[in-house]
Amino acid sequence: MTTYEKSVPGRRGFISEQSDVPVVSLASIMGEENLRKTPAALPELAETDVVRHYTALAKQNFGVDTGFYPLGSCTMKYNPKINEALAALPGFLGAHPLAPDGMNRGCLRLLAELEEMLCEVCGMEAFTLQPAAGAHGELTGLMCIAAYFEKTGQTGRKVILIPDSAHGTNPASAAQAGFTVRSVPSGSDGLVDPDALRVAAEAAGESLAGLMLTNPNTLGLFERHIVEIAEIIHGAGGLLYYDGANLNAVMGITTPGAMGFDVVHLNLHKTFSTPHGGGGPGAGPVGANKVLAPFLPGKGEDSIGRVRAYYGSFGVLVKAYCYIRTLGGSGLREASETAVLNANWLLKKLRGAYDAPHGEWCMHEFVLSCAKLKAETGVSAMDVAKGLIDKGFHPPTVYFPTIVPESMMIEPTETEAPETLEAFASAMLALYEDAHVNPETLHNAPVTTPVGRLDATAAARNPVIKR
Amino acid sequence: MTCTAAGNYIPPSAGEREALLRELGLNSAEDLFINIPKRCRVGELKLPKPLSEPELRRALEALAAENETPLFIGGGLYDHYVPAAVDALCSLPEFVTAYTPYQPEISQGTLTSIFEFQTGICRLTGLDAANASMYDAATAAAEAMLMAAVHTKRKTVRVTAATHPHIKETLRTYARFNGLSVAEIPFDGRGQTAADAMAGEDACVIAQSPNYFGVIEPMRAIAAKASETGAVPVAVCDPLSLAILESPGAMGFDIAVGECQPLGSPISFGGPHAGYFAANENFLRRMPGRIVGETGEVNGGRRGFILTLQAREQHIRREKATSNICSNAALAALRATVYLALLGPEGLREVAETTAQKAAYMRGRLEEAGVNPLFDAPYFREFAVDSILTGALPLERGSLIAVTEKRTRAEIDAFCGRGRSR
Repeated sequence: MTTYEKSVPGRRGFISEQSDVPVVSLASIMGEENLRKTPAALPELAETDVVRHYTALAKQNFGVDTGFYPLGSCTMKYNPKINEALAALPGFLGAHPLAPDGMNRGCLRLLAELEEMLCEVCGMEAFTLQPAAGAHGELTGLMCIAAYFEKTGQTGRKVILIPDSAHGTNPASAAQAGFTVRSVPSGSDGLVDPDALRVAAEAAGESLAGLMLTNPNTLGLFERHIVEIAEIIHGAGGLLYYDGANLNAVMGITTPGAMGFDVVHLNLHKTFSTPHGGGGPGAGPVGANKVLAPFLPGKGEDSIGRVRAYYGSFGVLVKAYCYIRTLGGSGLREASETAVLNANWLLKKLRGAYDAPHGEWCMHEFVLSCAKLKAETGVSAMDVAKGLIDKGFHPPTVYFPTIVPESMMIEPTETEAPETLEAFASAMLALYEDAHVNPETLHNAPVTTPVGRLDATAAARNPVIKR
Repeated sequence: MTCTAAGNYIPPSAGEREALLRELGLNSAEDLFINIPKRCRVGELKLPKPLSEPELRRALEALAAENETPLFIGGGLYDHYVPAAVDALCSLPEFVTAYTPYQPEISQGTLTSIFEFQTGICRLTGLDAANASMYDAATAAAEAMLMAAVHTKRKTVRVTAATHPHIKETLRTYARFNGLSVAEIPFDGRGQTAADAMAGEDACVIAQSPNYFGVIEPMRAIAAKASETGAVPVAVCDPLSLAILESPGAMGFDIAVGECQPLGSPISFGGPHAGYFAANENFLRRMPGRIVGETGEVNGGRRGFILTLQAREQHIRREKATSNICSNAALAALRATVYLALLGPEGLREVAETTAQKAAYMRGRLEEAGVNPLFDAPYFREFAVDSILTGALPLERGSLIAVTEKRTRAEIDAFCGRGRSR
């Protein structure tokens, strides 16, 4: 039940302070014709009701604090408590972005230092902290590319190449920044094939704007031809965009700059441990090299202009700052090393039973296929995911990347202990057995949750999106 | 592998990691990265040395202490009281550390609360459909502009000149890369938009009310004029003001967007907050962002909530998606949802009324001190004055003063007693 159904006329959850100024009529301030005729029908509940309601709802959620959350490409690492506490310091919460700079010295210093640290982690020249999420960062970075070509009189460069393994946001952002998208098929090894890329770049010719690449890619593989890839794109007059979704694999080992990328977005809510909040708020800062830095929001006269109000998701930026200050350079490398170690160990445990179509080694995540399992038993990747829920785990990402049939994308992160990985592997192997012995239990899973599988088709056919 | 301060958050000890490496037949962590070309390698990152938790706390407390909190600056972000229950409930780790509710069976908490958010926004705006949230008001307005341009197949966009400058700038950035042009509709001597000055053939007309100067716009006339010319009328409205101001839906707007910060979120130097996006039913399948719908179990009778209408979205449609947005501002939207549930219709009305009363009181006190309002049109909680006052937001000619229910008479009197600073 929602608060709107629980509402009881006359209940109050908050009593505001009595006004201590003389009362004048609202009509005289706001104009009679502007006043609302009927109040919005909001819930009427006591504070106890509200607290019980949301506490009960929280229990119906699964978070990183609840248990293992190997959601591939989302980097569901532990979110340090101290960072939450420090982002909520009154001196930060009360600071106003439109107040004179002299009143915001602490905030501004923190942001400047964060920009500098992100430049170092990424090998970039400058960073903007404005973008509010990864996709927003993509859009911002792509707009910088478009602005660069406009500035240099190459307005015909409108084609962005994107591997078919890329996140859906890549093509969506490119379209929203005014580009035409061409998909580049991955080779059988799951990597961008330099020869195929050369053909695609040549086909685009003078209209080539660039390539968007996630490295390691969404199959969890490092694009080891990256140097050649960069040469091909730059040689054809294009620019190289780094989707930082998977930066957690390579901190302190390589940087987007060292790989030859011109512009990069980060997801602070992935790599830099800020919590995901049930779907945001995140932060998607964008870094650029010398070529593109002048086009970043708020960075000079060639700037593309604002992409949102104020300075960005400040509270999120504070948490990422705290994370970097806690780990330092050696700690970030240690995080990446352990993330890759954990993923490889888990891959080794699982690849005997489940198909691992792209080999024995991976970076921070890997993709399994349930295609063979489904053919043999009728049990799909979705069934295995739901079975994991009954065993107390959050499922991996399923059905993405789409180039692997019945895919499960597993990212353990560095913040998990060996016994957690072991327990998860055991659960996965037990489900594999169940699929062969008693597939019905998997088709019917989950049975331990507040609701069972929901009817998505009915929801979309006849949308009920409010009370 | 070494062991550093990262140990807090990396459970396996150095010994355990050695053991894992051995099980993989590897000698060192370096062997995990053999596919990364040597010429792409970097040495240890040059970052400040790692800090322990107490050191970190000291460093951040020192930074926070360098800031000062203004009392009368608004400009789109307002210092309203945040009930303790909002902080407590929105800090529950199951809300904070979950992600997008892709697995509805273990995400009913987030999904139910988003459904409540959508309901609350629809009721405040008087519109049919709302999404799960946007990044902020500026990006919500930009998405509304893009949606209207696709809907009308028109390439020009009009925004009232008195709209928040950051919203206008964001609109221009998004417009530039989508082949759209943005023109402004001027305001008159009362600080109100001259609806007659609107030209035709636009994709949309975007109007903020109360506008940047705090003035309540003639919204009915703006919506009527826009609709007459086939432009989609888009309102930018502070949701708290809608407790006492007529809803955009009732005034003829097809789309309403805005900033949820006044509903239970601290100013926090401008973010993170949630934007909202609401529209008439005919835009439902073109809307950006996540939308939660009600449904039932496949094999049972229980009701549940689920992400729906996903055929609009990037993970299905890729470059043909209606927008690229995926992560939005769920936790900030939860703050608004809990705030609305706590305050209810009466509580919200009281906060809005007291806010307006105190703004009126301060305006009167300033006038007594010889500081005159720039505009005499209706207003809500913010107003422009003809003098440059320390502690207020500077304007081209004068200052902008914002008042909330939190300001005491003593604080207002103290500010006004100073009179003109120069």
